[in-house]
Amino acid sequence: MATLELGIVEEVAAAPVRRARRIGPLFWAAIGWIIFVFAAAALADLLPLPSPTDMDMLERRAPISMLHWLGTDGLGRDELARLIYGARISLTVGLCGPVIGVTIGGALGMLAGYFRGRFEALVVGSMDVLLAFPPLILALAVTAYLGQSILNLTCILGVLGIPAFMRVGRAATLTLARREFVVAAQALGATHARILLRELLPNVFLPLLAFFLLGVAVTIVAEGALSFLGLGVPPPISSWGSMIGEGRESLEIAPRLAFLPAAAMFLTVLSFNLVGDTLRALTDPRQGAL
Amino acid sequence: MLGFVARKLLYLVPVLLAVSLLTFLIASLLPGDLAYVILGDQATPEKVAALRHDMGLDQPVWWRYIGWLGQVLQGDFGRSFRTGQTVLQAVGERLPVSIELMLFAEIIGLAIGVPLAIACAVRSGSAFDRLMTGSAFGMLSVPTFLSAILLIYLFAVQLRWLPATGYVPFEEDPVANLRFFVLPAMTLALAEWPGIMRVLRSDMIATLQEDYIALAKAKGLKASRILFVHALKPSSLTLVTITGINIGRLIGGALIVETIFALPGIGRLLIGAIYTRDLVILQGVVLLVASGFVLMNFVVDMLYAVLDPRIRHGHA
Repeated sequence: MATLELGIVEEVAAAPVRRARRIGPLFWAAIGWIIFVFAAAALADLLPLPSPTDMDMLERRAPISMLHWLGTDGLGRDELARLIYGARISLTVGLCGPVIGVTIGGALGMLAGYFRGRFEALVVGSMDVLLAFPPLILALAVTAYLGQSILNLTCILGVLGIPAFMRVGRAATLTLARREFVVAAQALGATHARILLRELLPNVFLPLLAFFLLGVAVTIVAEGALSFLGLGVPPPISSWGSMIGEGRESLEIAPRLAFLPAAAMFLTVLSFNLVGDTLRALTDPRQGAL
Repeated sequence: MLGFVARKLLYLVPVLLAVSLLTFLIASLLPGDLAYVILGDQATPEKVAALRHDMGLDQPVWWRYIGWLGQVLQGDFGRSFRTGQTVLQAVGERLPVSIELMLFAEIIGLAIGVPLAIACAVRSGSAFDRLMTGSAFGMLSVPTFLSAILLIYLFAVQLRWLPATGYVPFEEDPVANLRFFVLPAMTLALAEWPGIMRVLRSDMIATLQEDYIALAKAKGLKASRILFVHALKPSSLTLVTITGINIGRLIGGALIVETIFALPGIGRLLIGAIYTRDLVILQGVVLLVASGFVLMNFVVDMLYAVLDPRIRHGHA
């Protein structure tokens, strides 16, 4: 037994770690799902859907039918319509939050990595303070004071993403700033702004984009968690998180009310993770980087 | 080593001060006046003004902050105006529940993650490895509240093996206590093991190629001993890192899990304070949790230094 086990170990040593995740059918399936969800969310008003907020107390938890393709929820609202309108909220918050994070965090990170010195120490120090709070706790505390609205939610989740984007941007800039093409540009007398925008930004862009996609996945989950707790988007607006939270109460009678939005959220988060991770593996020069 | 600890401790002071300042600013600058919350909607402006004066709310922010910080440093975090409990009492009552939950979860997470990582590293590239790496990746996309619902549906609604909600103190009935903790801890562990497994796996693949593993093999040591003792030891640093990174997520996850499974921990205290707008409790709990988190990270940093001499000498 022992020899057998260790024989395999030797094979591991011989085979080099796979360089990068290949772009396979899964990647394209993920892209396809993201496009599908986007299209459904964008065209929600044009689709022949019942209203997502109209209640029908005679049709509570109605099964799947021609009128209600996915049945109705505990208040007789059309489940499919709520799912699609919920996608709007999840995607809006999920995309706009990381946009705030990547813009501010990426810019701070590039400036810190390029100028170094006191500015860098200040930026890194203040990010450490922001990181000192467990993210969900900070998000909850701030929404509790600010009040629940989609705008507040987006801003908070965006701000919480800044430290992570700052780290990615700074790490990428730190290594790039010493490279020949930057030194050459400096020698040619290029201004700091030109070096940052024309030399560094195009190179920092891809790692930031890959991280942005992972950030979208994290933000969708965070929005879902807050809405699930009833502290995210205010009712009657539907979000996947609040739908799962409402469905939890009828888990014994109609489990699909929780599992349909759960599946939608899982597939979307998985897709963003897959695309982001593939991009990151392609842009990360380290061998077998996770 | 002492110098290293002193440097790290000195760095803690400004971070903790900034944390307290931020907590205070969130609580006092944002709309939602404490006096209005206490007196309710029907309060007359005169009454509000009088209460604001009594509570010192009409003084400048920085002055209030210094006063508050002074009280906090003396161990007075304030008293809930709803229940009359002090923040420290409320937290002290609930902290054991949260700690038990997180410890339980981390143990289950390690119990799943470490053996899987070893099994995958030994057979890296095999069908089993690809299956497990794939599932770990998939599990990273499952939010805590989602796996909670899935577990409740499976084990409480369908199979009826375990209770979905409730809590019994450990001193009263240890078995019942653990039964109530199984599902919540499993929920958290489901989010923990993929991270542990992914990082440890790639770490182990590198370790297994080292010369000393070949030497151990040549000595004729048992495969299990080589894998669990020789190969795992250099990965202890990685395990500490992952556990350290996980703490923040565990705290957030515990918040959700405690609410879903009705466990009376810190998370539920916080959520309850938000629902009832109990701002004193909210402010105190956020400050305590954040400070605890900072200190935990400090401990993790210290552990690094103990495990890896290069770090405390600044060569890392």
